[in-house]
Amino acid sequence: MATTKQKAHIQITLNGEAIEVAFAPHKTLLEVLREDLALTGTKHGCELGECGVCTVLIDGQPMLSCLFLGLDAEDRQVTTIEGMAEGGQLHPLQETFADLGAAQCGYCTPGFLLVARELLEKNPSPQREVIQEALAGNLCRCTGYIKIYEAVELAAARMRGEQVDVPRESIYGFEV
Amino acid sequence: MTTDNKYNGGQKKVIGKPFRKVDARAKCTGQTRFADDIVLPRMLFAKLLRSPVPHALIKHIDVSKALKLPGVIAVITGKELPIPYGILPVSEDEHTLCIDKVRFIGDPIAAVAAIDEDAAFDALDLIDVEYQKLESISSIEDALATEEPRIHEYGDGGNVHKKVALEFGDLEEGFAEADLVREDVFFYEGNTHLPLEQHAAVAHFDADEKLTLWSSTQTPHYVHRALAKVLGMPASHIRVIATPNGGGFGGKSDPFNHEMAIAKLAMITGRPVKITLTREEVFYCHRGRHPVLMWVKTGVKNDGAITAMHFRSFLDGGAYGSYGVASTFYTGALQTVTYDVPRYKFEGLRVFSNKPPCGPKRGHGTPQPRFALEVQIDKIAEQLQLDPVAMRRTHLVKPNTITANYLRVGSIGLGECIDKVVEASDWQAKFKRLGYGKGVGFACSSYICGAGLPIYWNNMPHSGVQLRLDRQGGVCVMCGSIDIGQGSDSILAYIVAEVLGIDPFDIRVITADTDLTPVDLGSYSSRVTLMTGHASLQAAERARELLAKAAAEKLDVPTECIAFADRRVFDVEDPERGMSFAEAVQLAESKFGTIGTVGSYTPPRSPGRYKGAGVGPSPAYSYSAAVAEVDVDPETGIVVVERVWIAHDVGQSINPALVMGQVEGSVYMGLGEVLMEEMAYRGNRNVVHKFPSMLEYKSPTTLEMCDVKTILIEDPDPNGPFGAKEVGQGPLLPVPPAVVNAIYDAVGVRIDEVPATPEKVLTAIRSKAQGKSARYGPKSVPQVEWPEPIRVATPAEGGDGKELPRVAVHSRE
Repeated sequence: MATTKQKAHIQITLNGEAIEVAFAPHKTLLEVLREDLALTGTKHGCELGECGVCTVLIDGQPMLSCLFLGLDAEDRQVTTIEGMAEGGQLHPLQETFADLGAAQCGYCTPGFLLVARELLEKNPSPQREVIQEALAGNLCRCTGYIKIYEAVELAAARMRGEQVDVPRESIYGFEV
Repeated sequence: MTTDNKYNGGQKKVIGKPFRKVDARAKCTGQTRFADDIVLPRMLFAKLLRSPVPHALIKHIDVSKALKLPGVIAVITGKELPIPYGILPVSEDEHTLCIDKVRFIGDPIAAVAAIDEDAAFDALDLIDVEYQKLESISSIEDALATEEPRIHEYGDGGNVHKKVALEFGDLEEGFAEADLVREDVFFYEGNTHLPLEQHAAVAHFDADEKLTLWSSTQTPHYVHRALAKVLGMPASHIRVIATPNGGGFGGKSDPFNHEMAIAKLAMITGRPVKITLTREEVFYCHRGRHPVLMWVKTGVKNDGAITAMHFRSFLDGGAYGSYGVASTFYTGALQTVTYDVPRYKFEGLRVFSNKPPCGPKRGHGTPQPRFALEVQIDKIAEQLQLDPVAMRRTHLVKPNTITANYLRVGSIGLGECIDKVVEASDWQAKFKRLGYGKGVGFACSSYICGAGLPIYWNNMPHSGVQLRLDRQGGVCVMCGSIDIGQGSDSILAYIVAEVLGIDPFDIRVITADTDLTPVDLGSYSSRVTLMTGHASLQAAERARELLAKAAAEKLDVPTECIAFADRRVFDVEDPERGMSFAEAVQLAESKFGTIGTVGSYTPPRSPGRYKGAGVGPSPAYSYSAAVAEVDVDPETGIVVVERVWIAHDVGQSINPALVMGQVEGSVYMGLGEVLMEEMAYRGNRNVVHKFPSMLEYKSPTTLEMCDVKTILIEDPDPNGPFGAKEVGQGPLLPVPPAVVNAIYDAVGVRIDEVPATPEKVLTAIRSKAQGKSARYGPKSVPQVEWPEPIRVATPAEGGDGKELPRVAVHSRE
């Protein structure tokens, strides 16, 4: 068989927990997460670094797990969508994505959420253009991105401690 | 229709409210289980060997070396599954694996199951196939010019798959009445769905010889039928579970080779088998937008009133039938439902070519003719010196009309859409006034709310719902519909919750499982909200009636006085008197036994009775109007769409937030089609796909997406549940023509072709500067012999929707 090689055995801090994992050494982090760790929340759309759906955070930075060797994750902090909610509490971005319909089919959603999380950690008050720039590496075919921007903006405001409602226009449309 | 005051004193608690989708949190936490996320013990992995040549006879296949590769468990070829299938009964021209011929690069020939994906992949290289190459066909013109070799041995002669001709009313009389007759030619390039989830499926054949298939399909019912046919098994032994689709857009609506192949492999090996397509393979599956060449001749009076229209379309169908016959008819069906077209003739043909098969993509067969129609109307308005908006606005189809081609239009909120979008965009101040390089363009459109007829002929409902109420107060709604991201699971919960006075999140929704859920035909043709909406409404009303009777007896009031709200069932005259919803279920269960109800929906019969009348009828039509504002760089031809204002007549929003999402997503997809998306092939180089990858197949990122101002128009339709109409597809349609019309307003060149790439725009700008044609687009359409049309007298002529006797027609000429 092509794959009967000795497995690599490494330690990763995965979603805040130190774990050990053994896998065929040629595997990408995407494959290790999905196949060896059963964390299927990380998706694949191209395996060529084109679509962004496999994005995870490595030491806090968004990375395409399809282009990242599993071996290179050794002793690094890896955060996947499964680790985004903490203590049973959804992250504010997860709340707003769900509430505003920023997730339609939901397939690109994990990638967008992780990129957005990193953005807001870096910049708590991003302008619309900054959000667009930050999310430009992630494709979404359902939403036209607009509900995603609105969800990021609403989560940012809530994380800043502001009491804000969803703009009426984004739910009921423009009033003429 | 359901009246407001029937429920809870006229206050709707759920309908029209922006509730979260019932599956939204699962999608935001990585918990949603898509097909490729399924792992079963001892599962094998399958790969398909796909043809590297576009058109060839298969002379010999040798799989012996592949079978010897360690890890390979089974290899199958076409002769093991000789029964053909196809989504339409009139074109069952596909085999799971090609038997004697391949028809496009990507056509599957063999399937391997191995203990891991790598071994399966390596095994593909060890399969020897001997081909005898045949001449290949790469375009509409090629196909029409090539009688032999034929890609298929059926169809309307040579490489023409289907040729149709329909004529409604006296066309010549209509053109004679016209003050202006225009002829224009347009081309709309093919493009693809590009769902982010690659197709995937898992098959399991258990010890009791029952087969289960999990698949990312939009049409589990049709997959169920195809599997039974191809495998020669009773359908009752097959269970198809559609997993949540990671995007569909029409691309997962056909039964696919990989689904059949893994089912067979699971049966042979006795082990579960999974297949996940690579992105490149998804491009080969395709079934996307047909490239369509169009010729339109329209006669108008000086005030813009259309007197007659003659529309010809030429579709490049690719290698198989797929939905193509329906697509062909759709390119000629909906021209009549926006502006009054008193006389109408349609001639359409679809050719086979050696490219991945085309099928339904969002708007199925209608964005192409809508593009042609709306750009031509823009030209007509200019020629008549009329405002393009006012001209359209004056000649709209009236509500409750039967069109010349016998489509019954109920509500039509298009006038309001136009008014609102014009006002919001400040059209009057912008049109022709923005200066060189900037412009605005306008277009309207309409789309069906579900096809009036099923894909295979039958008299059964199109959608069924079962509702189960348990004595703990639990409510479970079961329906064959599949959520592809549009929110169809949530629609079921919202409607049932509204009727039963409970919270949508109290409801368990089970969908798209042929063992558990009654048939719904699938997520296509914008049918789901309307049809499952009616079915769930009926099931919920029946359950409500049982609970109301039991509660009324207990409270000693007439049944009509029982209201349902806030998880309570009570006397509407004295709301304090009542009980919890769960108690009401218990009373009902004590009185009637286990509480389960059903609901179903069948669309009304269409007035059209002629052959071909099956495509176009719908219970209702949605309407949209859009204004696009563009910035065109005359030096580069790059078009930036800055904003689209769009008004959409949705009848009634079941959930406005989801409606907004569908409108925005449709605008996005229309923007991609008009600016950049194309399925293009190197015709002279073996019909190789130019770019079967996401990097090179250009689609809009956040940086290309325009701002969208959406206006929702609610003009409830008597045929919609709570008045609701579709929103998932219609709002795509006005975007391409609005953008192209805006390009004309900006730089004075007509791009009669989609996509309007910078290259085309620049070519036209330069040509104009040299005093030559200010137009880019096809110059002519092929001359073909059309069949004698089916002639039908229009309703205005006193027609009855039936074909006129042919003899009489001939004698008249």
